[in-house]
Amino acid sequence: MSVILDCKSLTKKFGSTTALSDLSLSLERGRIIGLLGPNGSGKTTLIKIINGLLVPNEGSITIAGMEPGVESKKIISFLPERTYLPEWMKISDAISFFKDFYEDFEEKRAYDMLHRLNLDPAKRLKTLSKGTKEKVQLILVMSRRADLYCLDEPIGGVDPAARDYILNTIITNYDENATVILSTHLIADIENVLDEVIFIKEGRLVLHAPVDEIREKEGKSIDSLFREVFKC
Amino acid sequence: MQWELNTDKPVYLQLVEQIQAEIISGNYKPGDKLPSVRDLATEATVNPNTMQRAMAELERDGLVYTNRTTGRFITSDEELIKQLKEKYITTIIQEFLDRMMQLGLELNEIIAYVNKVSENNIK
Repeated sequence: MSVILDCKSLTKKFGSTTALSDLSLSLERGRIIGLLGPNGSGKTTLIKIINGLLVPNEGSITIAGMEPGVESKKIISFLPERTYLPEWMKISDAISFFKDFYEDFEEKRAYDMLHRLNLDPAKRLKTLSKGTKEKVQLILVMSRRADLYCLDEPIGGVDPAARDYILNTIITNYDENATVILSTHLIADIENVLDEVIFIKEGRLVLHAPVDEIREKEGKSIDSLFREVFKC
Repeated sequence: MQWELNTDKPVYLQLVEQIQAEIISGNYKPGDKLPSVRDLATEATVNPNTMQRAMAELERDGLVYTNRTTGRFITSDEELIKQLKEKYITTIIQEFLDRMMQLGLELNEIIAYVNKVSENNIK
């Protein structure tokens, strides 16, 4: 199996705060991986470093052998925590926008998914609810044929029924060469779709293991293990 | 098919057990073609790799087999399915007996209760 993401001793500081501390991690292709940790544990910092939005103070990171940059961004599809599309756009405008930006964007997939969720492409983004906007963003991101998908809190704002649809969207849209990293607090909802989990705490890697191995060894769900490890 | 997954057991094992149950109950018949791994994974909302692992497990036990060009099928070996069914029944009854004995019942009392309850069911 080839490695899609390789981090070596990543450290990131913001002033006197250490967001990531000596974090080393290697992820293979073809996996769905949960990036789990309590608030402020460094999940988003890590995702931003992977996407070249932050530069680490120490350590190195490569995506499919490349340092973060223009070339790596071509193969990473990133769903940030917050929406960044201008409110005046129609859904169809956002689709054209993505098509211009990314060579690997497949317009037809985007329209198919919109159709299945009964979303009208002629609607303006500002008329959509928070949850619907999140769905549109996820559709855009998952319509790329990327090698690495980084989804920061993709299911936070949507109802449980749409959650299942979103998880299915993720399952059906990634292919065996691609890896999906998804960060969330809603572990119970997603743990059945994960291959592996990464626990981080105060910027350090606590655990990186296959989900079924954890269940076999610990005899408990990832959700319960999380509650134990991060007990307040 | 309806998938019910709980959280404290490995997912692939639960998938294996549920497909076994479908085979035993005859919902999947000997020689039936199975949907693709991806379709099954979507239906159960699990990771395709996990479904793949469940299939590999079932294949190892000979309950399903892959034909390279046409897909994956339930075994036609009815003897094997019969054995699986017997194993399954034994396990469930054993669990039931263990629980009843924990309540302090003797075997003949348990059987009497079983008869009584099943007569009521028939009525």
